[in-house]
Amino acid sequence: MAQPLVKKDDDRDDEAEYSPFMGIEKGAVLQEARVFNDPQLDARRCSQVITKLLYLLNQGETFTKTEATEVFFAVTKLFQSKDMGLRRMVYLMIKEISPSADEVIIVTSSLMKDMNSKIDMYRANAIRVLCRITDGTLLAQIERYLKQAIVDKNPIVASAALVSGIHLLQTNPEIVKRWSNEVQESVQSRAAFVQFHALGLLHQIRQNDRLAVSKLVSSLTRGAVRSPLAQCLLIRYTSQVICESGNNTQSGDRPFYDFLESCLRHKSEMVIFEAARAITELNGVTSRELNPAITVLQLFLSSSKPVLRFAAVRTLNKVAMIHPTSVTNCNIDMESLISDQNRSIATLAITTLLKTGNESSVDRLMKQITNFMSDIADEFKIVVVEAIRSLCQKFPLKYRSLMNFLSNILREEGGFEYKKAIVDSIVILIREIPDAKETGLLHLCEFIEDCEFTYLSTQILHFLGIEGPKTSDPSKYIRFIYNRVHLENATVRAGAVSTLAKFGAAVDELKPRIFVLLRRCLFDSDDEVRDRATLYLNTLGGDGSVVETDKAVKDFLFGPFDIPLVNLETGLKNYEPSEEAFDIDSVPKEVKSQPLAEKKASGKKPTGLGAPPSGPPSTADAYQRALSSIPEFANFGNLFKSSAPVELTEAETEYAVNVVKHIFDRHVVFQYNCTNTIPEQLLEHVIVIVDNSEADEFSEAFSKPLKSLPYDSPGQIFVAFEKPEGVPTLGKFSNVLKFIVREVDPTTGEAEDDGVEDEYQLEDLEIVSADYTLKVGVSNFRNAWESMGPDFERVDEYGLGPRESLAEAVNTVINLLGLQPCEGTEVVPPNSRSHTCLLSGVFIGNIKVLVRLSFGLDGPKDVAMKLTVRSEDETVSDAIHEIVASG
Amino acid sequence: MASNGLCPSIKNILLLDSEGKRVAVKYYSDDWPTNSSKLAFEKFVFTKTVKTNARTEAEITLLENNIVVYKFVQDLHFFVTGGDDENELILSSVLQGFFDAVTLLLRSNVDKSEALENLDLILLCLDEIVDGGIILETNGPLIAEKVTSHNMDADAPLSEQTLTQAWATARDTFTRTLLT
Repeated sequence: MAQPLVKKDDDRDDEAEYSPFMGIEKGAVLQEARVFNDPQLDARRCSQVITKLLYLLNQGETFTKTEATEVFFAVTKLFQSKDMGLRRMVYLMIKEISPSADEVIIVTSSLMKDMNSKIDMYRANAIRVLCRITDGTLLAQIERYLKQAIVDKNPIVASAALVSGIHLLQTNPEIVKRWSNEVQESVQSRAAFVQFHALGLLHQIRQNDRLAVSKLVSSLTRGAVRSPLAQCLLIRYTSQVICESGNNTQSGDRPFYDFLESCLRHKSEMVIFEAARAITELNGVTSRELNPAITVLQLFLSSSKPVLRFAAVRTLNKVAMIHPTSVTNCNIDMESLISDQNRSIATLAITTLLKTGNESSVDRLMKQITNFMSDIADEFKIVVVEAIRSLCQKFPLKYRSLMNFLSNILREEGGFEYKKAIVDSIVILIREIPDAKETGLLHLCEFIEDCEFTYLSTQILHFLGIEGPKTSDPSKYIRFIYNRVHLENATVRAGAVSTLAKFGAAVDELKPRIFVLLRRCLFDSDDEVRDRATLYLNTLGGDGSVVETDKAVKDFLFGPFDIPLVNLETGLKNYEPSEEAFDIDSVPKEVKSQPLAEKKASGKKPTGLGAPPSGPPSTADAYQRALSSIPEFANFGNLFKSSAPVELTEAETEYAVNVVKHIFDRHVVFQYNCTNTIPEQLLEHVIVIVDNSEADEFSEAFSKPLKSLPYDSPGQIFVAFEKPEGVPTLGKFSNVLKFIVREVDPTTGEAEDDGVEDEYQLEDLEIVSADYTLKVGVSNFRNAWESMGPDFERVDEYGLGPRESLAEAVNTVINLLGLQPCEGTEVVPPNSRSHTCLLSGVFIGNIKVLVRLSFGLDGPKDVAMKLTVRSEDETVSDAIHEIVASG
Repeated sequence: MASNGLCPSIKNILLLDSEGKRVAVKYYSDDWPTNSSKLAFEKFVFTKTVKTNARTEAEITLLENNIVVYKFVQDLHFFVTGGDDENELILSSVLQGFFDAVTLLLRSNVDKSEALENLDLILLCLDEIVDGGIILETNGPLIAEKVTSHNMDADAPLSEQTLTQAWATARDTFTRTLLT
């Protein structure tokens, strides 16, 4: 089948842009497709037409539904031809058109016939086509043939069936799982690709059965695998098993490590690399385990093949982040890669060197990077910027040349992500290296003079407003900021107005000049800008003379905004316009637990301009409304906190009861949510008898019973207790549900007249310390910590005893305290020996609390913790310590 | 394909000309759902690589969190794309297989006009290398053999065999003996 579509013309060489498909048109080709219907099929011509159709599809042309159906039906006629070349094109065409379910039936029988053909190539291709277009019902019919095909002696047929199995597993897992035996047999195949495909399918069939996967791995690692690709798969499965089996490195030997290490001596480079990469990614890899892998990667660095060099340097770059010393052996080879033709390799080499190198080499490396920054893609530029940021944190003395470099690349072309990485890095340097502040701020000012990204401009303006007034000469920034008011869009203008106001509030000498500028903003074309200018002119007070700014105004401008935006939003929505103004203090401050999706990013280092996380809409205001509708609770004051529901019954019992604890200043209200799960019963006069003999500081104040509790319609019982004001009183309560049962006839739904008194024991309920703390995040912990001051600081150390892991210990303490972890510090990086966790929150009585927890491993499992608390009240600081001491 | 577990997976194979235009392309991943996003990706990959010298050895780069391995011959540019956690050497073996097979199928006249004239072979070749993202075969000669193995159907009358087909059969047998 090597016939050219168009006979070569002798004079076509003159035409440079000759193409057999020149001037091709969909309509004309569809006309041509009529030859498929000829009684005497011309196989060659039909092949040519199919090629043209495929060419059109490949170029991105689409067929309408009718066109596709027509072509499909015409193509099915071609099964009559015995021409093999044509048949191949027919298979291809059917796969490309992907016919609808009702059309598939037309070709099913032809394809099933081909599936049982003597010709291997027909069998293999028919299987692939059929499995691509089939649905579940048809699959059951052909299952028998597919099972046969898996163990077919022809490797192409076996592979076709196995690969189709891998695809079908996504849609029809229950059918494919029945092929286990056949698949297992073909794992032993001598043909390399059959083994690869069989292993891939077998693992996917068993992937949810850890034991089976572990068995599979341990039997195959003894050396039955021949194909390099299958060996790569096996390495991946092995490292998964190692990862799941956890760290029992006590004895020093990791299961299967020997197998990975032996793969480093495999004859195929692909396998060597896969094994080396797997070793570097092992959880808690030791330098002894790492060394053989580093050695082979080092050899790859001097390979003549760019792909090999790239793979090796990319892996070493990752290793250098965690184990820089292990990579230093490769430094000489890395140096020579700096001048590599392939810029990706050169960049990776330099950034690796930056991570492993010493202070003296920094300047030289910086010079080399500058030479090719313009040649590389943004992704790599970000890698460079991040390397420089960490370098600067490592060698603060070098900040001058690094800051210079950052400001230079900030001026060049680049996308948003890249620019953001640079700005974030400068912000971090300004925060961490006091000497770098003034130059850094000026660089940022220059950048916003010509910045196309609104987001970055506003973030920088905000940052300037906080840091600018603290510099030696704040007035020099005013020009840059006021320029924004002239030149930018409304969002940036509004940001600039706020920043000006902050300068005015913080620097008294500047106030008259700021007033003049803000007054000009009163005539801005945008509402928001005008509103802000008016607001600030009023809050700053005075009439533009040099006066000291009120503390309240400063708090308003510079203080953290500690109310989650969603809570504020619901608060505003619930507010009904009336005489009474909206009171911002009534908005609950608690951050509700974040959905998982948001946590993904939290493992990363906090970025310079990160905004505080926003929580999902809270249920707190729903509770508040429910409680305030009961007159007895009206004088309890504002609700401080409502706990998550605690189950008081086991699942699937007769009556399901859970309780929500509502904490007020002087009261605690238990809300029992009850559900009757028996259709034949109607409960009446339902009450909860609460025994507070183990909580004698509480006294029962009020109880609100439930008149009736029919089947499957939940009801609430409230019991209120009085407690000493503002004190975290603890206690344990036992509960009994008391009620009158009336039998119900399920057919008529009518209840009998007579009821029987009965009771039902519920589980105990406790008021714990965490009930008195609110999770309230702060956006910048360091600032909050410093502004709180050490007046009421309390420090102590605790031994937590043997723990499963550091992460487990951290979680336990966070849950015990019920405070909000800040800046992603609740995540403990794997294998760390120490960790610092930052928590913030509000204690009952509306007292802010900040906690710094330093954990350290003391011996193999023992965890020690240093607890530092700062708050606005020393009794609260002590209370936090008491929680930990007693918990 | 959405998830193939830990199985190595190929996101696309591209064959472009010296201006970045499509000769033949095949996408196996949903990362580029529309034709315009595919074209944009091809243009991006082409402009990012066109200045490099990928004629003697296959070259490699990281673009938009994808690893792209590529090789150029005459006015043809071969690309294979995989995810950024893929083993670079596996991707490279797919590229090499594709490249070798095309070289054999075009009888070493690897250029755009020859590729277009034998587009059916190129398309079949793509079909034999990767199925739905899963690698089927990476041995160039074997791929070429699978594409051209058109020994006539035993039932077909002899008269239907054209001279070209007979020649092709002969050539296949020859390649096979030569390469295996």
